[in-house]
Amino acid sequence: MLENEEIEEPTIKPVKEIFQTFFKSYSAVTGLIILIGIAVMGFIGPIFYPTDPFDMVWMPFSPPGADGFLLGTDYLGRDILSQIINGARVSIAIGFSAALVSCFIGVGIGSFAGFYGGWVEETLMRITEFFQVLPTLLFAMVIVALFGSSVLSITLAIGAVSWASVARITRSEFLRIKELDFVLASRSSGSNNMALIFKVILPNAAAPIIVQSALLVGAAITFEAGLAFLGLSDPNVISWGQVIGSNRVYILDATYTVTFPGVAIFITVLAISLVGDGLNDALNPKLRSR
Amino acid sequence: MLLVLLVVVVLNFLMLHLAPGDIADTIAQTMGGADEQDMAELRKQYGLDQPFFIQLFNYVVRVALLDFGHSHFYNLPVFDLIMERFPATLLLVFSAQILSLFVGILLGVYAAQNPNGLSSLFVNMFSLFGYAAPVFWTGILLLIAFSLHIPIFPVSGMRDITIESGNFFVHFFDVLRHLFLPMITLASIFFAYYSRLCRASMLEVLGADFVRTAKAKGLSKKDVLLKHALKNSLSPVITFAGLSFSAVVSGAILVETVYSWPGLGTLAFNSIISRDTPVLLGILIFSTLMVTVGNLLTDLTLKALDPRIKI
Repeated sequence: MLENEEIEEPTIKPVKEIFQTFFKSYSAVTGLIILIGIAVMGFIGPIFYPTDPFDMVWMPFSPPGADGFLLGTDYLGRDILSQIINGARVSIAIGFSAALVSCFIGVGIGSFAGFYGGWVEETLMRITEFFQVLPTLLFAMVIVALFGSSVLSITLAIGAVSWASVARITRSEFLRIKELDFVLASRSSGSNNMALIFKVILPNAAAPIIVQSALLVGAAITFEAGLAFLGLSDPNVISWGQVIGSNRVYILDATYTVTFPGVAIFITVLAISLVGDGLNDALNPKLRSR
Repeated sequence: MLLVLLVVVVLNFLMLHLAPGDIADTIAQTMGGADEQDMAELRKQYGLDQPFFIQLFNYVVRVALLDFGHSHFYNLPVFDLIMERFPATLLLVFSAQILSLFVGILLGVYAAQNPNGLSSLFVNMFSLFGYAAPVFWTGILLLIAFSLHIPIFPVSGMRDITIESGNFFVHFFDVLRHLFLPMITLASIFFAYYSRLCRASMLEVLGADFVRTAKAKGLSKKDVLLKHALKNSLSPVITFAGLSFSAVVSGAILVETVYSWPGLGTLAFNSIISRDTPVLLGILIFSTLMVTVGNLLTDLTLKALDPRIKI
C-alpha cells in the first residue's frame, strides 16, 4: 500500500503535535466531550439531583415523563434517572481502574518477556496465551462468586482477566525497540536493565499501549455491566448492568427500564472508542490507514 | 491443550483454597452451626485436613476421572448436569461463530471493492456498534422487537414442548426457530469485527502483484476476487476468529441468560444465584475445553488455507 512507502516518522511526536492531531478530529473531540460529560454527571450529578437511586419514590412502572420522573420508575418504584446518574460513577470508576490494573499486569509481563527473551519470554507468553484461551467472563464470575462482590473484587477480577492483549502489544514493541541504536547507546553508557526497561524502552513503546488501554476501558465497562447483569455486582452501589438485569423480567410491562441504562452503556463505550481512535491517529501516524 | 486444562484445574483449586470459607463452613451454616469437633470431623471427611499438595493432587485426579463434585442445588453430579447442557451451548457458539464469519467475510469482500463507499461506511459503523453495545442489551432489544411486538420468534428456550411427535425435520426447524435470535445476537458483535478485518486485509491483497497478474491474464473479476484474492486475505480473519473464541463463549453466557437457552450459560447464572460453586467451576473447565477445541479447529483451517503453515 502507498501509506507504507512514506518516510518513516519517529514514533514519539512532540506532545503539542499529538494534541493538535487529536483535537483536529471531530469524532475524537465529540467522544471526549461526551465522556467528560458522563463523568461529571456521575461524580457531581447527585448534588444537583439528590434522589437516592435505592429509594422507593413512586409507584412501580411509571412510564417516562409521567408523574415528574423523566425516565420513569423501575419495578420497585425507584427513579431510573437517578439510577443512571449514580450508575455512571460506578461504571466510569470500575472501567478506568480495571483498565489500569490490566495495564500494569500487561505492561509488566509484556516488557519483561520482550526484554529478556529466552525462557523468561517463553514462560510469560505461555501464561499470556493461557489467559487468551480462558473464557474471561466465566473466570471473572468464579472470582467474584468466591471472593464476594465488592467494587474492589470486581475491579481486580476484570483487571486480572483482560491484560493479555496489552502484554502481547508491549512485548512486540519491546522486541522491536530493544534492537535500536539508542538502547545500545544507553546500555553502553551504563544503564542497568531496570532503567533500560522502564526509562528507555517503555516511553518509546507507550503509544500503542495507551491506545490499547483506552479500548480496554470500554471493554471493562461492558464487562462490568455483564457481570452486574448476571447479578454479580456490589449490592451497595447501583450500576447500569444491574438495573438492566433486575428489570429484565418485566420488559413486557416496561421496555424503558432496560432501554435507558443500555443506551447509557452504549453511549459511554462509544465515546471511549471514539477517543481511542483519536488517540490512535494522534499517536501512531503510521497506522492511520487501518 | 492438556496443559491448558491442567492449569485451569489447578487455578480452580487455588481459588477454592484461597476463598474465604470452605465446604465445612457451608455445611455447618446450613445445619445451623457446629462445634469445633464436628467441624474437624467434617474437614476430615472432605480431606481438608490433608497437606496442601495432597489436596491439590486429589482434586486434579478427581477431575481427570470426570468427577467434578456434586451440585447441592440440583442434587446431581456436576458432570451429568454439564453434559446435559453442553450440546446446547456448543450449538449456539459454533453456529454464531460460523454465521458471523460467513456474513463478515461476505460484507468485507463487498466493502473492499469500494473502499470509500457506503458499504465501507456501514462496516465501520457496525463494528463501532458491535464494540459499544453490550451483548445482553442487544439481545433484550431483539427480544422485545421480534418476540413481543412482532411475535415471529419464540421468547425463550430451545424446543417447543407442545411438539411431541413429528419427524426429524419438524424438530430441526423447531430448534432452528428458537436458535435464530440468540445466534443473531451473539453473531452481531463478531461479524462486525470480522468484516472490518476482512475489508482491510482484502484491500491489502487487492494491491498485490499476483492480483494484477491474474487480472492481466484476463480472468473475470469474480475469479480474481474469489479464487485469488479472497483465499489469500482470509488468514488474518481466521486467526482473529480463533482468538475470539473465548470472547464468543463469554458472550454466549450472557446471551443464553437473556433467552433462557438451556446451555451452560443459564446453568452458570442459576448456580450463581444458588451459590453452587462446584457447578460454576465445572463450567469453567468445560468452556475452556470448548475454546481449546475451537482454537485447534482454527489452526487446522489455517493450515488448509495456507499449506506453508506448520502446526
